[in-house]
Amino acid sequence: MTVARTEKLPVQTSEDIVKVRQAVRAWAVQLGFSLVDQTKIVTAASELARNTVIYGGGGTVELESLLEPRRRGLRLTFADQGAGIANTEQALKDGFTTGNGLGLGLGGAKRLSNEFEIHSQPGAGTTVRITRWT
Amino acid sequence: MERIPILKMGPVLLVSIQVDMHDQLALTLQDDLTDRIVKTHARSVLIDISSLEVVDSFIGRMLGNIAAMSRVLDAETVVVGMRPAVAITLVELGMSLRGVRTALNVERAMEMLQVASANGHAAMGEGTDDRRPD
Repeated sequence: MTVARTEKLPVQTSEDIVKVRQAVRAWAVQLGFSLVDQTKIVTAASELARNTVIYGGGGTVELESLLEPRRRGLRLTFADQGAGIANTEQALKDGFTTGNGLGLGLGGAKRLSNEFEIHSQPGAGTTVRITRWT
Repeated sequence: MERIPILKMGPVLLVSIQVDMHDQLALTLQDDLTDRIVKTHARSVLIDISSLEVVDSFIGRMLGNIAAMSRVLDAETVVVGMRPAVAITLVELGMSLRGVRTALNVERAMEMLQVASANGHAAMGEGTDDRRPD
């Protein structure tokens, strides 16, 4: 697997969430994603970016385009230095939220991705990495 | 402040969302619409989302809230023109927009609303409803 291109964007404000959506869309189009796949990864990115802003107190996202002989992928890594998640398994359940949301963000982002990883510790921030392949 | 315009067409309030909304803009629209329903005595709200390339859980929740609030204020909401890729993604995300009426296009939505208001009249009796000066 080759990482063809990377870019890091700030995820601090509600306007940044819009910018992340737009950047992820542009990358997905360039990688040749179908319209449905574009929509899925952009929507997953929107959910995770909002979590980064609301629960993580802001952070960053790194975009990476991945090239393999038979497929291309888009990997997104959201990282924050916020309070962290004590129980990631519980946080992935639909309907679970510590805020005002619907509790669909994390589980929904997982369903909309091909690969999903979450690393978090209380007090040490959260990193969520998703990948979607063509 | 940036706002989504709300047009009044007879008893119908028409909103066409043409921009990628950040969260605050969506919340402002929700507030503006409830205000306008009360001020104009509107019976219906038609929200055209055919320009929206992404509906995430936040926008989905806003649509549900608008539908619920307008119902409490004796108006009916119809969401119009959702793109197929958006519909697929929204359901996979875990939102089926229960309680939100949808129509494929504005024409179908207007038909739906006319039928609904005709039935409403039959049930209440013509002339008993002084909220319909339009």
